[in-house]
Amino acid sequence: MQELIQRLVEAFGPSGKEDQVRDIVRGEIEPYVDEISVSPLGGLHAIVNPGGGTKIMVAAHMDEIGVIISHVDGNGFARFHKIGGVFPQTLVGHRVRFEGDVTGVIGAEASVEIGDAPKLAEAFIDFGASSVAECPVRVGDLGAFTRPFVKLGNRYVAKSLDDRVGVAVAIEAAKRLRNSPNEVQFAFTTQEEVGLRGARTSAYGLDPDVGIALDVTRTGDTPKGIKMAIELGGGPAIKVRDSGSLSDPRVVDLMVRRAEAAHIPYQLEVLQAGTTDATAIQLTRAGVPVGVISIPCRYIHTPSEMVDAGDVENSVKLLVEILKAPVTLDRE
Amino acid sequence: MGLDSPIPARPSATHLRLLRNLTEAVGISGSEAQVREIVRAHVEPLADEIRTDAMGNLLVIRKGPGRRRLRVMLAAHMDEVGLMVVSVGSEGELKFERVGGLDARQLVGKPVWIGKDRLPGVIGGKPVHLTTREERKQTTKVESMGIDIGVSKKEAAEGKITPGTGAVFATSFRRIRGTLRAKALDDRMGVAILAELLEHPIEGIELQAAFTVQEEIGLRGAQIAAHTLKPDVAIALDCTPARDLPTWDGEENTQYNARLGHGPAIYAADGRTLAHPGLLRHLVDTAETAGIPYQIRQPGGGGTDAGAIHLTREGIPSISVSVPARYIHTACSIAYVSDWRNTVRLVHAAMSTMTRSALRR
Repeated sequence: MQELIQRLVEAFGPSGKEDQVRDIVRGEIEPYVDEISVSPLGGLHAIVNPGGGTKIMVAAHMDEIGVIISHVDGNGFARFHKIGGVFPQTLVGHRVRFEGDVTGVIGAEASVEIGDAPKLAEAFIDFGASSVAECPVRVGDLGAFTRPFVKLGNRYVAKSLDDRVGVAVAIEAAKRLRNSPNEVQFAFTTQEEVGLRGARTSAYGLDPDVGIALDVTRTGDTPKGIKMAIELGGGPAIKVRDSGSLSDPRVVDLMVRRAEAAHIPYQLEVLQAGTTDATAIQLTRAGVPVGVISIPCRYIHTPSEMVDAGDVENSVKLLVEILKAPVTLDRE
Repeated sequence: MGLDSPIPARPSATHLRLLRNLTEAVGISGSEAQVREIVRAHVEPLADEIRTDAMGNLLVIRKGPGRRRLRVMLAAHMDEVGLMVVSVGSEGELKFERVGGLDARQLVGKPVWIGKDRLPGVIGGKPVHLTTREERKQTTKVESMGIDIGVSKKEAAEGKITPGTGAVFATSFRRIRGTLRAKALDDRMGVAILAELLEHPIEGIELQAAFTVQEEIGLRGAQIAAHTLKPDVAIALDCTPARDLPTWDGEENTQYNARLGHGPAIYAADGRTLAHPGLLRHLVDTAETAGIPYQIRQPGGGGTDAGAIHLTREGIPSISVSVPARYIHTACSIAYVSDWRNTVRLVHAAMSTMTRSALRR
């Protein structure tokens, strides 16, 4: 799985330009599913056992945060706007990549004090050009942060583990699953980082009975970190709530029961700031019961996100346990 | 293109009159009837189908020749930002709230038209002689403002105006050579363009014209219009701010949003939509092939009807094209005739050459 994760995180895929990631996903998953299609917003739908049993949508988003060019000045410096939740403190000195293997480095105006994070309007991208004609990008071009994948001990460190690790978990689960008594709808969604957009239209199209999102969540295990009972290495986090949705208690219960029956470690997650595709899926059409398997992740939305390899493996196992047996949600 | 385009580079008297009537109409969000009637009068003879939906959107279908037509939704919003009367004060002054994004600093001292009969009034302001140094540093709060309609008794005002009545800036339309000066160019400009495009049926295209309501308070009308129309592709026609004057310190202006005279502003991204990459490519290619000037609107915040449309049902490939205008959402906005005409030409040319291959991502 490490090789797959590395390929996925090193691919270029800011929101709205997910095609490189989609090509990798399609190449990996196509032999293991019965139907495959691309949605109008660019999502990849890969269906196992169409027409059979409970329809379970499993969503992982392919897009990552990034930048978009807003102006190229007379000296070839480019101004930009953010795509998704880019933090100002991750700007200066970082590198961004554009289609066609173009790389630039972010700088800031001198009015920004040393030690302060620049406002977006005070930052710019330097492509090594000295005129508009030399600048390799134009207004409207999308870029993404760049940083090579590394393994530190039992941990993976990379940009865009949010949510390529979720994408990898879904692909690996599809490979191990082979078949299911349920109709499993793997949905590799787009534009999550700008407002859960792809999941909303995918959920409308797939019309599932149950929705499960795979995404990263924050942890409370770093020095003077946030108060949160989630740690790296503690197993997949079964989400109870976040700032966008309350998981359906029946789905939470199902996840817990299947984890315990298979002796898979897990943690229960209450996330105070942030949300996932499940929020959009839940409110689709007449409503969809949803739950989330979260992969604990440090330093989210920086170019060095960190997850635990054991948590990734256990997330795959838990997802397979859920999907391989019939899923029914009884009303208590 | 140029020569074989059926779209005249100069606006006809009919289209200038249409734009004048549209911008001078009173139509805050939720009260678009006056605008709708002007549009209806222009487009009814052109329509294969025409109806007003539950929220007040005017939906007009015009089919070009051919079979298996591509269903293209073009949306332009009829509503404008403005004021709504909430009560009558003891001296007959009208208390109001804002509808849509209006800066309180733009209000004091402005003449307004109230209701469909355009009753004149003025938002009162204290003469500078009577203000204190402290007061002059502060923005007057909307709650303390009132519209003076020249009566001095509560009963007299109540006879003329009821709560819920809309009011808009009293700005008449003027064309000064290549420049247009009007209120509500956002988005009566888009409405005029869409009404004109209905005059030109295009082979292989079913034009679904949606004159939408309540855009300024959250893209509400477009959401249901798109659900009804189920188009293959959608383009929102709107009006975007041009903040293109030089900066005060002589540095290069890098935050202008859009610029007058640079042609239609094609969107790559705003706060609500990432443009469909195939449509973005198609519009840029069309402009370059036809020699129509264009600009990419600076990616940033804001949103158009496309923000609601592209998330409808399974998702609809969408993009926006705007005419740039200075000072929108104030009493008086400025646009160029050339940007208007080039926007009509670009959208017409883009539809004329549009096939399903433009919908490839």
